[in-house]
Amino acid sequence: MANRWETVIGLETHVQLRTVSKMFCGCSAAFGAPPNTNVCPVCLGLPGALPVPNELALKLAVRAALGLGCTVHPRSLFARKNYFYPDLPKGYQISQFEQPLATAGSLSYLSPDQGIATATIVRLHVEEDAGKSLHDRFPKQTAIDLNRCGVPLIEIVTGPDFRSPHEARAYLLTLKQVLEYAAISECDMEKGSLRVDANVSVRRAGETALGTKTEVKNINSFAFVEKALTVERDRQIAVLEAGGTVAQQTMLYDSKTNSVRPQRSKEESHDYRYFPDPDLPPLMLSEEFVAEQQTQLPELPAKKRERFVEKYGLSVTDAAVLTAERAVADYYETVVHAGSGADAKLAANWVMTEVLADAKDHGERLRVQPGALAGLISLVRGGTLSHQAAKRVFSEMAEHGGEPRNVAEALGLTQVADTGVVAGWVSEVLGAHPTEVERYRKGETKLLQFFVGQVMKVSRGKADPKLAQRVLEERARSLGDLK
Amino acid sequence: MPVAVKDNICTLEYVTSCGSRILEGYRSPYEATAVNKLKAAGALIAGKTNCDEFGMGSSTEHSAFGRTLHPFDKTRVPGGSSGGSAALVAAGAVPAALGSETGGSVRQPASLCGVVGIKPTYGRVSRYGLVAFGSSLDQIGVLGRSVHDAARVLSVISGRDPKDATCEDRDSLRLPNVPESLQGFVIGIPKEYFPPDLDPAVRRACDRAIRLLRELGAAVRDVALPHTQYAVPTYYIIAPAEASSNLARYDGVRYGPRFDGSEDVRALYRTTRGEGFGAEVRRRVLVGTYVLSSGYYDAYYRKAQQMRALIAQDFRNVFDRGVDLLFTPTTPTPAFKAGEKIDDPVAMYLSDIFTVTANLAGLPAISVPIGRVKGLPIGGQLVGQAFLDDEMLEAAYALERAVPAGEEA
Repeated sequence: MANRWETVIGLETHVQLRTVSKMFCGCSAAFGAPPNTNVCPVCLGLPGALPVPNELALKLAVRAALGLGCTVHPRSLFARKNYFYPDLPKGYQISQFEQPLATAGSLSYLSPDQGIATATIVRLHVEEDAGKSLHDRFPKQTAIDLNRCGVPLIEIVTGPDFRSPHEARAYLLTLKQVLEYAAISECDMEKGSLRVDANVSVRRAGETALGTKTEVKNINSFAFVEKALTVERDRQIAVLEAGGTVAQQTMLYDSKTNSVRPQRSKEESHDYRYFPDPDLPPLMLSEEFVAEQQTQLPELPAKKRERFVEKYGLSVTDAAVLTAERAVADYYETVVHAGSGADAKLAANWVMTEVLADAKDHGERLRVQPGALAGLISLVRGGTLSHQAAKRVFSEMAEHGGEPRNVAEALGLTQVADTGVVAGWVSEVLGAHPTEVERYRKGETKLLQFFVGQVMKVSRGKADPKLAQRVLEERARSLGDLK
Repeated sequence: MPVAVKDNICTLEYVTSCGSRILEGYRSPYEATAVNKLKAAGALIAGKTNCDEFGMGSSTEHSAFGRTLHPFDKTRVPGGSSGGSAALVAAGAVPAALGSETGGSVRQPASLCGVVGIKPTYGRVSRYGLVAFGSSLDQIGVLGRSVHDAARVLSVISGRDPKDATCEDRDSLRLPNVPESLQGFVIGIPKEYFPPDLDPAVRRACDRAIRLLRELGAAVRDVALPHTQYAVPTYYIIAPAEASSNLARYDGVRYGPRFDGSEDVRALYRTTRGEGFGAEVRRRVLVGTYVLSSGYYDAYYRKAQQMRALIAQDFRNVFDRGVDLLFTPTTPTPAFKAGEKIDDPVAMYLSDIFTVTANLAGLPAISVPIGRVKGLPIGGQLVGQAFLDDEMLEAAYALERAVPAGEEA
């Protein structure tokens, strides 16, 4: 049924800027303080208090706009968005409406449906957050925490560019990557530092006019983005297939039941009565200021990915994995450039497997120093450690630190490259497997690998496997048989 | 020096109720920058003065705590909204008091009470701690026994404040010397401020003041400010629009009295705001909400902003042609009777007809007593160029010295 319908999604993402203090006052913007402790006359909206913009927040907002390829306007306006709600102490939110900070950007991302795709960024503006209403704290009462009130946000609005829920999710993950790279936001949906609302509509395949859209809210985890959008898309299709019409309304997603429900009309504000905030002069940004923010932007993921492919000869997929997080990309490059330089492809394999697996189990910490990993890789290449042994050394270094060679020796894992010793193990193995020796002599040469494996076993992994193979081959050649 | 402070300016010492039930008993946990600067300069905060609720009114009758009487005639109003400050200075209780202006709320009561009232250039004095009415128009002003008393206080409270983004980054105002003459000053007389139906006694007082300015050496020139007729309607769109948003915070949730109506939060808002605000405030909140509503914004608010720009341009045109200052009557009449205009909001609004333009254009203006009309004081107004408050004060010093303010015009 879904094939006859096309889904159209646009996203509005609210991102908390990584500042120490709030957007318009000096209060701490930290998450998790006891309720109503990070507050002052300004963010409490006390009579007579006035807002003053936070310069760092403006810098971060401009960096975000530049990172998303937007035009940053030399003059933009703060506006008041008026509505009554108990956790909005001034009765309005300071935001931007006409003349936002930035417009007309784009973000290229890897669409699961169509490969590299481009989302248009319609606008990016600065605003302050509201407080929090807690309805479950006291029975029949609403508690209000105003710590979040006045925390700086940017809102990033895309065009109706996504054709499926997973495409929308792919964009969102790419956006998160960019914002994390540039240290603009922590982008933690669980802590609310990244929030997303979606405009969803469907239309019959081939139609060009947009269907009636609904706004889906309350998607509070990355895991739910796709689910919430799918549920709403399916709901709209079902309504239309049944001959009904989609009502333009706000739908709230409930992750517990994986369903959406219309927001009560009482909860909706129909007219925000936006007007320029007379407490804040037009925001004028000089060319120098904007240029300075450009220099503060790091190499962004897409650029880095291309460079990794070109410079290190990696596949696009591997480069994408390594550049997904800035810390991992930096780690990888440090490994490659450490000491005499590790092999770029070997290093990539190590980082993508051992390092990322270990990080996943340990709070995303990269526990082995990049220099140590580089050393470990060269021990493997030089034949001192088998790959299996190296993995054990890696785990040991992750837990207790240390230099790879010392750790390997302490664990007794250094490979024995002494021909005499290896020859002893070879003799032991041949003596223990007369049947296999007989079969080998009759032409089953592939049994050589079996003997190598047995040598590794009796040496408990310490024999250099290449040396063992050579000794076995020599024994076969010189004696004509293996006896 | 004791200085009284209007009830809409935050002080640590006293209640800050803005003449409103909705802030009855409200104690601010911080004080206004202007109050802070006054105290730092050694002034004593003598007390808080009554005002029209949130500064909305021209008679100090719109106070939840009762009207203020005219100090010379109990049956009359002292003007407003800073009527308490004006009456107190006129009665000789304090040499100066802080007031605030959105459309003439310092100059109008100064004119009616026979004292000096200064509204500085917008951005000259920090608004931090001044409870907002119309933020783009609001400015703390000073009422004083004399130009000197008022100017001294203004000089102390003026200057930069990092807590107010609309306050200019300038040093505090320099106090000018009393000039020997006004030689070199060009004073414009805008004809729109002298309509044919102007009270003849007020006109006589103004004519006398103009003659004295001329005798002091000033060149007097007729000028035109063609958009003046649109000033009051423009003002009564912009000020209520901003007020409707500024007063949204008084909802009974966090501070101030909470009026009964607890079945849900909407009912709490409705009852608290319905009971807490007086009729004039409710009227302006309704008007302001209307003109900002979608579908009406372009017809009212945006048009009013365009007109405001034209009004400001009128002044710049005149000043660009070599005029230094303008002279006009401050008010169309002397103090009117209590109750006379209370049921006629438009008549009340028209008492600000000569003062709102300076607020719309952000210019400095001062009212100086220029005589008596049937025993009641009347003021003349000088309007200066933006941030040339000191030049305006210089001329005011000279006019004050020359004019027989106690004499019938």
